[in-house]
Amino acid sequence: MGTTQMKQVFGMPEAMKAEGRFYCPGCGHGIVHRLVSELVDEFGVRERTVGIAPVGCSVFADLYWNFDVVSAAHGRAPAVATGITRANPNVVCVSYQGDGDLAAIGTAETIHAANRGESFVTVFVNNAIYGMTGGQMAPTTLIGQKSTTCQLGRDPAIMGYPIRVCELLQTLGGVAFLARGVVDSPKNVLTVKKYLKKAFQYAIDKKGYTLVEIVSPCPTNWGMTPPEAMDWLQNNMLDYFKPGVYRDIGEEATVEVEPGN
Amino acid sequence: MSEKIPIGEKVLMKGNEAIGEAAVQAGCRAFFGYPITPQNELTAYMSKRMLEEGRVFIQSESEIAAINMCFGAATVGERSMTSSSSPGISLKQEGISYMASAELPVFYVNVNRGGPGLGNISPAQSDYFQATRGGGHGDYRVIAFGPSDVQELYDFTMLGFDLADKYRNPAMILADGILGQMMEPLVLKPYEPIPDLPSKQPWRLGDPSTPDALLITSLILNPGGMEERNFMLQKKYETIIENETRYEEVMTDDADVVIVAYGTASRIARSVMETAREEGIKVGLFRPITIWPYPYDPLNKLADRVKNMLVVEMSLGQMWEDVRLAVEGKARVHLHARTAGGVPVQTEIIRDLKKVLASKDGEIVRNF
Repeated sequence: MGTTQMKQVFGMPEAMKAEGRFYCPGCGHGIVHRLVSELVDEFGVRERTVGIAPVGCSVFADLYWNFDVVSAAHGRAPAVATGITRANPNVVCVSYQGDGDLAAIGTAETIHAANRGESFVTVFVNNAIYGMTGGQMAPTTLIGQKSTTCQLGRDPAIMGYPIRVCELLQTLGGVAFLARGVVDSPKNVLTVKKYLKKAFQYAIDKKGYTLVEIVSPCPTNWGMTPPEAMDWLQNNMLDYFKPGVYRDIGEEATVEVEPGN
Repeated sequence: MSEKIPIGEKVLMKGNEAIGEAAVQAGCRAFFGYPITPQNELTAYMSKRMLEEGRVFIQSESEIAAINMCFGAATVGERSMTSSSSPGISLKQEGISYMASAELPVFYVNVNRGGPGLGNISPAQSDYFQATRGGGHGDYRVIAFGPSDVQELYDFTMLGFDLADKYRNPAMILADGILGQMMEPLVLKPYEPIPDLPSKQPWRLGDPSTPDALLITSLILNPGGMEERNFMLQKKYETIIENETRYEEVMTDDADVVIVAYGTASRIARSVMETAREEGIKVGLFRPITIWPYPYDPLNKLADRVKNMLVVEMSLGQMWEDVRLAVEGKARVHLHARTAGGVPVQTEIIRDLKKVLASKDGEIVRNF
């Protein structure tokens, strides 16, 4: 009898803490947190990575990530990330933000960090609602979608339109990579990981601003079961928030040499 | 360092620029600013000097962004700075509160203009409450200097960076439009750090040599946790009060009345003192140099023998409240206050000094 060689084919990333299990059933944050951790390991940058936990449900990101974390004020993560990476360019910074954080209170910080071509990874989780505070209307809440602050459904005549962040940032000279993915299937999760990998690579190479938008379910605040939430996401969100790559300056270019493309 | 900067020599320099050069000399790694009068010379100066030194200068999209950039730089252990004037400092209070709570050092400057609201661009001291009571939300304090000349703007900028690092707490200068804009001779002293500066190595983020998975946050949700943090901060503030309270007393020994004034108002008070003494009025000057921590105890002691004090300030009785707190009823505290570009006038202060000396028990002299 020969000895059996055991090889580990799947396990917990080193950049992830074993105890982090706090999100609601069916929430997308856990998947996205894990993708970030996997990439931190794959790039071998765990000890020089700083994650930014925003205000919102993912303020608990530090309970999942096994690397340094700072919690920023609501919407200010892009400014904090700017301060971090400008003051110490060796740091790999991940600015993790939700839709209210990034596209409402932090719109100015987002647009100007993008326009300056700041080199950090922006992970933008779009679930079309405020989670932590209890299901209020987000800047990405769909027309007709109900929330605790638009109980009759979002009426654009009163509340304006859902903001498409990738399309909004597309014109800015400092942007190196923009893509929108969705965590609704294993295949699409892998696509999100591919986008995030490129964002990490560009941020490490100081190519300019990177953002990966991830369309993600929030069953609790949508008032649905996890399977219902996934169906609703697929049947409603993806028509408006179309997945794909919105900007990629390419491996060779940097935003410094090709502004305004 | 730029070869054009004659370190160690006496030069003529604008107040705003003296602050900038002191920051460069003190090793400020990053400056984040947003335009507002009357501090614009400082951001303009830094836009050139920081780049000359190969350091970071960003004109941010807002004051809120600027202070949060400082927050970021502080988390990775680098010295950073921002400056603004009154309405802009109001916007920065969010970040200052977060930094005080998370125990992050930052140095910032408020070149005070007239308020409230958009106010005007004239000199004022009306952000005294904001500077001395924390300024933003929550239980916290910031170390606040009230310099009275360009040399002190330079010196306290250097010291401000050091004390911010030493106590891991925001430190600031409260200047005004006169101090920021005027030119005055000063000696460009070489930077000498205070002796007991602690290393940032144990807590700074993104550094492979620091402990694993550090967290910097101002969010503490577990019951009692935030209260415990606040008591810990309070203990630190008590150490700061003990170690860092600074003030100056001039000719108080034989004084019948003492003027209490800081910053620009104290310069005027100094001239008043000379003129009034020529007229036979025995007047002294008590000048708080740090407005937080405030020199309550020395003022209290002074009130044992001086029974009349005249507060001269460019705000409507804000520091007057502190002097009244300090003397605990042992002296009568009178007020000569101007605001929003109104600058105290020598002859009018002397008029009020005479009124104070002629006043009866229980009477408080006020100019308005």
